[in-house]
Amino acid sequence: MNHRRSPEPLLWLLFSSGGMAAALMVPILLFLFGIAIPLDWFDPSYDHLSAVLHNWITRLILFGLSALALFHWAHRFRYTLYDGLQLKRYGTPIAALCYGGAVAGSVIAAALLLTI
Amino acid sequence: MTASTGRSYRRPIALFWWLSRRSYLLFVLRELSAVFVAWFVVYLLLLVNAIGDGAPSYARFVDWSGSSWVLVLNLIALAFVLLHVVTWFGLAPRAMVVRLRGHRIPPPQIVAAHYLAWLLLSAIVAWVVLR
Repeated sequence: MNHRRSPEPLLWLLFSSGGMAAALMVPILLFLFGIAIPLDWFDPSYDHLSAVLHNWITRLILFGLSALALFHWAHRFRYTLYDGLQLKRYGTPIAALCYGGAVAGSVIAAALLLTI
Repeated sequence: MTASTGRSYRRPIALFWWLSRRSYLLFVLRELSAVFVAWFVVYLLLLVNAIGDGAPSYARFVDWSGSSWVLVLNLIALAFVLLHVVTWFGLAPRAMVVRLRGHRIPPPQIVAAHYLAWLLLSAIVAWVVLR
């Protein structure tokens, strides 16, 4: 076995940065935009939200959060399928699907955040 | 069952092995939190797209996000994400050993620092969104 070229350390680093980013940022964003604003507890104006979103710092943070969170998902989901459903024999297609999905999602996020 | 021709024997594991113990179930629930993290990214990008498309599009997004199935999905997602937060911060002292002037910072303080950073960041995000 050739361990020198293993991508695992990089994938683990992305997983763990994504886990930290998601833990720090997702609860408040999900609470505000997924529960509080839909239930009308708060009603920030469209102009304000649009101004915040068009700030390049916001876009950079949202891109970083999206990409890292997706790689966090990819890594965990891959091992959930391996262990939870004992699908290790399909390891290669599962890994391709998970990390491929994370790459595709990151590209979509970048394209969206650059063009709005 | 086919006869084993190999050199090693592996005890078969039940497909739903993780239902047999509470700690196993909690482990699988923790792993499944990642699915809801991915859902959040999809939801966030839909929101970004709606805001980028103009005020009417954003109003339609808020209407849609208030429909009962989206609300229920987001509530479940929030519960799973909070499970992720608690388990992630709980493991942090095992992932990092911080030394200050030669003394190892005790694990409870590392966990507390994470929660403090979490509260601070959440307050900043809420302030930026709602001010």
